[in-house]
Amino acid sequence: MAGTKTRTWAWWSGWVLLTTCIAGYLALGLLTEDVSASPWLVQARSIFIPGTTTHGHYQIELACEACHTKAFGGKEALQDGCVKCHGAELKTANDTHPKSKFTDPRNADRLEKLDALLCVTCHTEHRPHITHAMGLTLPQNVCFNCHEDIAKDQPSHKDLGFETCGSAGCHKYHDNRALYGDFLVKHAQDPAMKANPVVRGRDFVKLLKELDSYPIDRFPQRELGAADADAPPALAREPQVMRDWLATAHAKNGVNCSGCHLVKKKMDSGVRQNDEKSVRGDDGKAADDKPVWVKNPDHTVCTTCHKDEVKAFLSSRHGMRLERGLSPMSPALARQPMKTDAHTKTLGCTSCHGSHTFDTRKAQVESCMGCHDDKHTKAYLDSPHHELWKKELGGTAPPGSGVTCATCHLPRIEHRQDDVKRVMVQHNQNDTLRPAEKMIRPVCMSCHGLGFSIDALADLTLAFNNYRGKPAKHIRSIDMALEAERTADKSRAAKKRNE
Amino acid sequence: MKRFKLKVKIAAGVGACVLASAAAAQTSGWSYQQISDALHAIIESDRTVYTRLIVNRLQNEEKVIKATEHWKDEKTLVLPAQMLRYGSEGVAEKNPGFSYSLLSLWPINKQNAPKTAIEKKGLEAIAKEGAKPFYGEETLGGKKFFTAVYPDKAVARACITCHNDHKDTPRRDFKMGETMGGVVIRLPMR
Repeated sequence: MAGTKTRTWAWWSGWVLLTTCIAGYLALGLLTEDVSASPWLVQARSIFIPGTTTHGHYQIELACEACHTKAFGGKEALQDGCVKCHGAELKTANDTHPKSKFTDPRNADRLEKLDALLCVTCHTEHRPHITHAMGLTLPQNVCFNCHEDIAKDQPSHKDLGFETCGSAGCHKYHDNRALYGDFLVKHAQDPAMKANPVVRGRDFVKLLKELDSYPIDRFPQRELGAADADAPPALAREPQVMRDWLATAHAKNGVNCSGCHLVKKKMDSGVRQNDEKSVRGDDGKAADDKPVWVKNPDHTVCTTCHKDEVKAFLSSRHGMRLERGLSPMSPALARQPMKTDAHTKTLGCTSCHGSHTFDTRKAQVESCMGCHDDKHTKAYLDSPHHELWKKELGGTAPPGSGVTCATCHLPRIEHRQDDVKRVMVQHNQNDTLRPAEKMIRPVCMSCHGLGFSIDALADLTLAFNNYRGKPAKHIRSIDMALEAERTADKSRAAKKRNE
Repeated sequence: MKRFKLKVKIAAGVGACVLASAAAAQTSGWSYQQISDALHAIIESDRTVYTRLIVNRLQNEEKVIKATEHWKDEKTLVLPAQMLRYGSEGVAEKNPGFSYSLLSLWPINKQNAPKTAIEKKGLEAIAKEGAKPFYGEETLGGKKFFTAVYPDKAVARACITCHNDHKDTPRRDFKMGETMGGVVIRLPMR
């Protein structure tokens, strides 16, 4: 009898101990701020993920609070998460269906059909079985809810299927900057290829003095030489490093070694206490505001001069993990095909730009191809775009005429910083990635006409072979816009006759 | 238990009185119509200032810059109607409890045609010459609203040339001073 009691007690104790251990393990996984450093904690956190995340969010799926901004906050808390990351982009895109359109009581009946106030109505996460390519989780007839009678105003739309509204070259729910009627008409006669096509040149260096946020007092614009290099004598100055630095825009514009390597601890998350080459301040203390020498500065140091570029990088697929306090993105974590020998790489500014060289040419093709291994990337080397890049590199074609990976995926855009208009490289490649029509104006139309661009983007064969050949598809949007214009001309003429 | 129920009843009664008195205080000074008229005075004045001092002066008189629908692409001025709409969207983002929009029986954008019965009745009423603002009540999405519709007249040549010539316009014979549409203001009723 006593033995049975002891066994029961032992079983119960074991059960309690096991349960406590499992609960503790799961709680640790849930509550630890950054679990990415430990595979055990990653496993524990992963248990709480209710379903596979979309291509847009899988990188940050372990940072639950990125989307679930408040525990038990419901859809409103999720909405805060969406707006925090995507709100500014939607404003820039002149969102055709902003929230403010639906808070108007006159649209209450429409809200009953589709709650357009919340992003999650159309973009539900963790539901792979109902998620379409664009991250949409709604049936394709969503436009029909409000625009069922479109054929009354646009007779050309009479026989179109309800699922065709969002087809390439026609309409998008949010961003129609390249697709609205008057724009289609204006560019209807564009040639497939513009005369002397080049992308715009960068002008950051020319505008440094006009930018309030640029630390011109710290880095007066003058060319520095080898004798000016201010790395501490205690650190070995490698000749190659010196040569690399002297060739950069940094050395030519007054940014010395200390400009990147001497950083305040509290500013730079990359300052590592056990960095063997880090040196303390003069007093030997490592106060938070005391600059210390850092061997491998991270992206936070780059914000000193390139704040808008870094901000965009942190919104991108390359930097979104860093923004959320996770370990840097690595090709090993990617869903896209990546080269196996690149799996150990981690992504920061210098992983593409190269420390000390900051070679923007390398960052445009070589850096990309060092990791990416999909069909589209591999086909680039045999593409007409690459031929143009080779000619530019060889000096037989003008600057800006070559087409690199970056030309399309990190395009040079018109950007406003400190009330100054400048040309900036968009380091958030998501900005023009999906849907593809977002690429038309900032990318394709630098060299091609609108009609050609719309047709080319609609032809998936071209996407896979990296645009080797002409589009086999034709999208009728420009034809329809011209037809509407002709109808309007008849109406205008009739009015004049009546007068 | 009885004492607890009594306390709940008293608390509920006091709460109801506070809510009622708060609501009364909010509406006792100004009627819905007065609040709506005041809001419209601001909206109309701001837009008239923009239309006359910015658009008409710079486009029609000085001829230094145009106002066009695609102002961002064409590096031109925002159209007066767009200025009103952007203001209305900005207000909506602040969620102040009321809303306003510019609608018409002859809209260029079909989304700005009347949708509710009150909108239709109001726009038809103010379209008549010399008509006064139209006031009514309606229930939308389960909430009751005081809805006012004010005539929106062609105050500058820019208004009629644009509307009469636009490819999507359903009417091409607007004249100066004519009512082209209406500003619709909605206040939630308590």
